[in-house]
Amino acid sequence: MSAIKQVFNEAVERVKSPTPVRLRDLVRNIRAARTAAEERAVVNKECAYIRSTFKEEDSIWRCRNLAKLLYIHMLGYPAHFGQLECLKLIASPRFTDKRIGYLGAMLLLDERTDVHLLITNSLKNDLNSSVQFIVGLALCTLGAIASPEMSRDLAPEVEKLLKSSNAYIKKKAALCAFRIISKVPDLMEIFIPATRSLLSEKNHGVLITGVILVTEMCEKSPDTLQHFKRTGGKVGSDDMVLVPNLVRILKNLIMSGYSPEHDVSGVSDPFLQVKILRLLRLLGHNDAESSEAMNDILAQVATNTEQSKNVGYSILYETVMTIMHIQSESGLRVLAINILGRFLLKDDKNIRYVALNTLLKCVHHDNYAVQRHRGTILECLKDPDISIRRRAMELCFALLNASNIRSMVKELLTFLEAADPDFKGPCSSNIVLAAEKYAPDKQWLINTLLRVLGAAGNNIRDDVIAITIQLISENSDHQMYVVKNLWLAMSNYSEQEPLVQVSLWCFGEYAENVLAPSDDTQEQVTEEELLTFYQRILFGQYSIATKEYALNSLMKLSARCSLTNINKVKELMSSFACHMHIELQQRGVEFSQLFRFHDHLRGPLFEKIPILEKSTSSTRETSSPVTEKASEEVSLPIQIESNALLDLMGGMETGHEDIVLPKPKATIPTINSKPMNNDIMDLLGGLGSAPEEPPQSSLIEDFALITNSQPLGKISGITAFSKDSLSIHFNFERSPEKPNILSIKMTATNEGPIPMTDFLFQAAVPKTFQLEMLNPSGNVIPPSNSDVAQLKMRIKVSYKVNNEDVMHQAEVNHFPPASWQ
Amino acid sequence: MMQFMLLFSRQGKIRLQKWYAAFPDKVKKKIMRELTTLILSRQSKMCSFLEWKDLKIVYKRYASLHFCCAIEQDDNELLYLEIIHRYVELLDKYFGSVCELDIIFNFEKAYFILDELLIGGEIQETSKKSILKALAAQDLLQEEEAIEGALRDIGLV
Repeated sequence: MSAIKQVFNEAVERVKSPTPVRLRDLVRNIRAARTAAEERAVVNKECAYIRSTFKEEDSIWRCRNLAKLLYIHMLGYPAHFGQLECLKLIASPRFTDKRIGYLGAMLLLDERTDVHLLITNSLKNDLNSSVQFIVGLALCTLGAIASPEMSRDLAPEVEKLLKSSNAYIKKKAALCAFRIISKVPDLMEIFIPATRSLLSEKNHGVLITGVILVTEMCEKSPDTLQHFKRTGGKVGSDDMVLVPNLVRILKNLIMSGYSPEHDVSGVSDPFLQVKILRLLRLLGHNDAESSEAMNDILAQVATNTEQSKNVGYSILYETVMTIMHIQSESGLRVLAINILGRFLLKDDKNIRYVALNTLLKCVHHDNYAVQRHRGTILECLKDPDISIRRRAMELCFALLNASNIRSMVKELLTFLEAADPDFKGPCSSNIVLAAEKYAPDKQWLINTLLRVLGAAGNNIRDDVIAITIQLISENSDHQMYVVKNLWLAMSNYSEQEPLVQVSLWCFGEYAENVLAPSDDTQEQVTEEELLTFYQRILFGQYSIATKEYALNSLMKLSARCSLTNINKVKELMSSFACHMHIELQQRGVEFSQLFRFHDHLRGPLFEKIPILEKSTSSTRETSSPVTEKASEEVSLPIQIESNALLDLMGGMETGHEDIVLPKPKATIPTINSKPMNNDIMDLLGGLGSAPEEPPQSSLIEDFALITNSQPLGKISGITAFSKDSLSIHFNFERSPEKPNILSIKMTATNEGPIPMTDFLFQAAVPKTFQLEMLNPSGNVIPPSNSDVAQLKMRIKVSYKVNNEDVMHQAEVNHFPPASWQ
Repeated sequence: MMQFMLLFSRQGKIRLQKWYAAFPDKVKKKIMRELTTLILSRQSKMCSFLEWKDLKIVYKRYASLHFCCAIEQDDNELLYLEIIHRYVELLDKYFGSVCELDIIFNFEKAYFILDELLIGGEIQETSKKSILKALAAQDLLQEEEAIEGALRDIGLV
């Protein structure tokens, strides 16, 4: 037959001239092009030719030309000018033309193109064709490119075809309906009756598309879900209710013998099984009765499915997901977790990946069951595949608890040492967080932190440094030990900046411990060695931040210990007075001046920093004595008594702390990225604690944006602080005549049973703003949420526009009584 | 639901692209460029899944050709690996031990086969036999038209 066809074709081509290049030859020519430029030349020539033929009407080569254009399109060249040709081919009565035309439509058009009106008509005609394959083409195209308008126009046609007796058309119509519903959920109604009967079919194509359609309907509309649960099939017949019906189909699949048509390596139609399991998951979710009805079959699938090939795993995987998602029996859940545990031992890396991923999803519900596979999970940390290692690491952190912290952290530290650079940041932070939370004792914790710093090298997140310094400052018993250890570490790890920074901070802060005689055999550190160390840091290849640490540390050292070679320190300082980097230069100048003119102040200025208070999730106050010093210029502490000084900035940040990982920025000596100021006190403030540190620039901008662009806009209030039973809300208001002034009404509420007395609220803002606070309504908050304290305010705001200072102030004491009574 | 499927060679040349969700042309090109380089740079010992933006990428190499599809978060990646395999089996049966050149020179057939397996990113038929039967019937329809046309042209009909 094909030989005859070829002879005829060639005869025809000889007669007709000139004939266009055949697709085959075009492909060959393009492949023969040796350079990209050559290829472009061939393609451009052909495109120009195709374009010219498209202008002629009734070309008998339209089909061939469009096919060539589609090939060119796939290579990445523009082919939009073929869109209308597709439509012409679709309208042709020949099947060959239609086939290529619809293919072109699917490739060149999508739901956003506006030739739709034209194609909708052709589709409508073809959906009513008597040739099943033409209907099939139209349905397939509709399923690929249906836009909301097309969906509306053609939904009745599709619904009619859904009731066809031809399975070939029926299954395609079902997926078309699926597409239509996902585009326009409103159209669901008309498909529901026809969909019901799909699930009683024998043909697997119709069954699977039916299941997919029902799944989509149930996902889109909870009402439909309920509807299907009650009357799945024909009303009245009991076995046609959806859940038992699906269970029956699934049972037939796993129990019936070998059927060659649907068998995939010994498993009967895995595609259908997976889709049914997925629908069951949807039906059993939060529904005890339905869950009960599917427990048995899930157990059967879980135990009977062959575990050797990917198909089997895909079904087991889906079964596990369904078991974990519905209200299944506890035994079944353990079975599911154990299946995943077995997955972890398989050679196939895909299976291990999927298992880890799924365990990660259910670890929070069934932590105990997952714990049993901890050993296997830890093994996965050594997997050669990076994605598997990443999952395993995440899972390990989810499994950490007080009882396994020692052994797990040991493994994780080994992992951290060998891990890829991009793992080290998150891994080290997570180890530190977990270690802090579950540490069995302080000594262990400090050792762990120091090991993390050593192992993670330079890929560590800033919070680890902060947490470590915080911890060292809290535990005065261990400071000597830490300092000695750090000194030893510096001889091995001195290229790891985070460790160097922590060391520098400690050497400065606990200077006397460095030079103190050792109690054991460790070598005694001499002043000479120490100064050489500083010199090495200051003139070595270290980052600016590290050098900043070093300068401050050296100053503290000079104030704490009576150094014999103080001139060396002065020399180092003055050599920085002309450093290229402005921050370092400033420090150099300031510290040199301190030596020269205010030497008597040096001791008091570099007093020991009091124990840093935490600003992590456990304690949210951003409080530190140094804040008082800093706040003199920026805030007006008005009221008396409180155990926490809440600065306005800090307050805004802490309002979100329930969800965000703590950023202990506010308590560590933040030296870098502080704006310059010639006031030495300010610098010291920065050294000690930094609540007045410039806030995230976005926040400032937010303020500026508010003040500039929407003067009368309503701003929704925030919860600035919430701890124990105290919660503080900020409501924002702006007087229309002075849009630059934002009045913030602070409402403190006591939700506990006991009254709070001596309540004090203090605030500070960045220097770009000015803040004034009015007296609060009282300093006692009665319990139980009944009364609120009202705050009147006078607000002064100043900012810069084009480098011009703008300052405004106003009093806001006209809050309507209704708002606070 | 599958968002798109790509076939590409070891050199990163696209051999087939099927989009079930609408993306602007620029975005399509960017996606293809990103994914081909990403997948080609993966070592063979790595697993077949990638998390990419909010999608999951499932890919597998058959001889010189990479098959890659993008699925949604709650889709079963193992099953889509099986769907890719089913498509390869169909290509193999249809062309008779398929090779990359078959797909290059008959790319439209490769699309026709895919369209009998999937519609709108979901699987429509789980029986290989039915799919091959439908394809053969459609090819026959085309042949008959060709013969009829040829006969008409030389004046026999």
